[in-house]
Amino acid sequence: MNTYWRTFKTAAWLGWEMDSNWTEPWLFVIYSIVKPVAGAFILIFMYVVIWSINGIPDPHSFAFLYVGNAFFIFVGSTLFGTFQVIQSDREWYQTIRYVYISPISYYVYILGRAFSKIVVSVFAVLITLAFGVFLLASYGVQMQLTLDRLPLFFVSLALGLFVLLAIGITLGAATFLMARHSQTLAEAVPGVFYVFCGVLFPLTILPTWGQAIGEAIPLTYWFEITRRILLPFQLNTGLAGFDDLEILAFLLVSTVIFFALSIGVFKLGEYLARRAGKIDMTTSY
Amino acid sequence: MTAAVARRSDLRFRIGLNLRSIVGRAYPRVIGANREPSWIFFEAVLPLLSIAAYVYIYRAIALNQVAANPVDAPRILANMNALVASVVLGGAMVAFWLNVLWSMASQLYWEKEIGNLQLYMMAPMNRMALLGGMAVGGMFMTSVRAVSTLVAGVVVFGVVFQVANPLMLLAVFFVTLIALYGLGMFFASLYLLWGREAWNLSALMEEPIFFSSGFYFPLGGLYQSGGWGSVVAVLGSIIPAGLGLDALRQLTLGETAFGGKFWVLSAPVELEILVVLAVGFLILARYALAYLETLAKREGKLTSRHQ
Repeated sequence: MNTYWRTFKTAAWLGWEMDSNWTEPWLFVIYSIVKPVAGAFILIFMYVVIWSINGIPDPHSFAFLYVGNAFFIFVGSTLFGTFQVIQSDREWYQTIRYVYISPISYYVYILGRAFSKIVVSVFAVLITLAFGVFLLASYGVQMQLTLDRLPLFFVSLALGLFVLLAIGITLGAATFLMARHSQTLAEAVPGVFYVFCGVLFPLTILPTWGQAIGEAIPLTYWFEITRRILLPFQLNTGLAGFDDLEILAFLLVSTVIFFALSIGVFKLGEYLARRAGKIDMTTSY
Repeated sequence: MTAAVARRSDLRFRIGLNLRSIVGRAYPRVIGANREPSWIFFEAVLPLLSIAAYVYIYRAIALNQVAANPVDAPRILANMNALVASVVLGGAMVAFWLNVLWSMASQLYWEKEIGNLQLYMMAPMNRMALLGGMAVGGMFMTSVRAVSTLVAGVVVFGVVFQVANPLMLLAVFFVTLIALYGLGMFFASLYLLWGREAWNLSALMEEPIFFSSGFYFPLGGLYQSGGWGSVVAVLGSIIPAGLGLDALRQLTLGETAFGGKFWVLSAPVELEILVVLAVGFLILARYALAYLETLAKREGKLTSRHQ
């Protein structure tokens, strides 16, 4: 256990240094904030344009998508944090052979590397939410977080992040076998969650098969409960029949399942890569 | 003058050499795409989902607007279709922009990191031919994703394009691509200078450029917002995708789409600006490359890695 903790701590520190030491701290902070805030601005202007063209405001939908998008920052950064570890170590720094043969858990090492990205994304999420509350209230972004709901919020947040890490490692195991360009994977896979997890619009907008996919993904329940806690109103998301604790139970069970799955798939990817001699391959085209 | 020197200075030989270089550098990208079937899936299929998310945002809000004002439903739905088409066109352009960032701008830095750059520098062809080959190969690779986005837009989302002037449309499209890849060639040299910041700069030029160049909404909306919004839109228009998309939307949706009030300029004027941008970026790329090569040789950093 002590080795796991030491690996996690060192990997997290390494991840932080690799992410941030290319520039001055203040520039890194701006860099970490500009991307997600620009992402939020895309949605703001999409809303402004359709409101302006049709002349009818829809503040509840806007608040719904704004909060969902703010928390989606965790999804992008956590998934990218896990996807890119194998390929950056293998192709970019070409250090994977040394890390891989060291007496540590490579799984825990990836968790540690991803953790530094989660820490940075916490600030981006907070700033995006604060921006919405203070500057977009007139557009309909209103949030509330009462003291009695705080434990539920933090428990769901912890479960959400944990399931994200598990999903990230499950999919990241595929990069053992892929040529470089995990950037494409990191860009593409969150798209699945963007569409099917009710991040930006209620699940009920999707066709029935799409709703079924969404209901099978744990993140759907994380976004649902987060919005129930933060927004003063509820839209019809198709999950109204479940109370908060039931939603939390879904999230907990799926987190455990995905954690087990991540270990299995990771070991499989590792095994196949070793058998094919791809652990330290480089693809330069 | 020896026969070999005379041959190297012969114009016909140099043109042939550089054309072969373009083909040679484009070749691994074209063939590489075929050798990695997973790329087709990741490049062509999965990105459609992000586009679908933006499509559903417009649909969700438009359906609520219809519920609030059923009498106006035909107009609201027509506008929604135009916005969905805007997203589909933007999604196709995203593919090219990402390719410019990750496979053009970052490429020379990447080549330096893996040790190919010194080989390129020793080879007798013009460096612009090398970048040109990368661009041609990149365009081919990316076209798969762009075409699949357009097909999905038409088949899955029911987007209807009305092309009244196909020649103008082709001209805008190709000039936009040349300008975009010219910018990528220019960035390639700068990234070589900036070193490790290059990767982060590419990452930084995704969402902010998607926003400031109006990839998912008509750029005119940003121009008309006034204040800082207009400033951001002007800056975003320096990226050729911004005006290129605006012109493509006018040419495929009709000038009357969105009530005709969200266009930046007319399509012919935008084409003229794009031509200027294309020529300008190619010239900048040529000089930046020569400058960087000289600088790197002088400072002995051409082959130093991880800096």
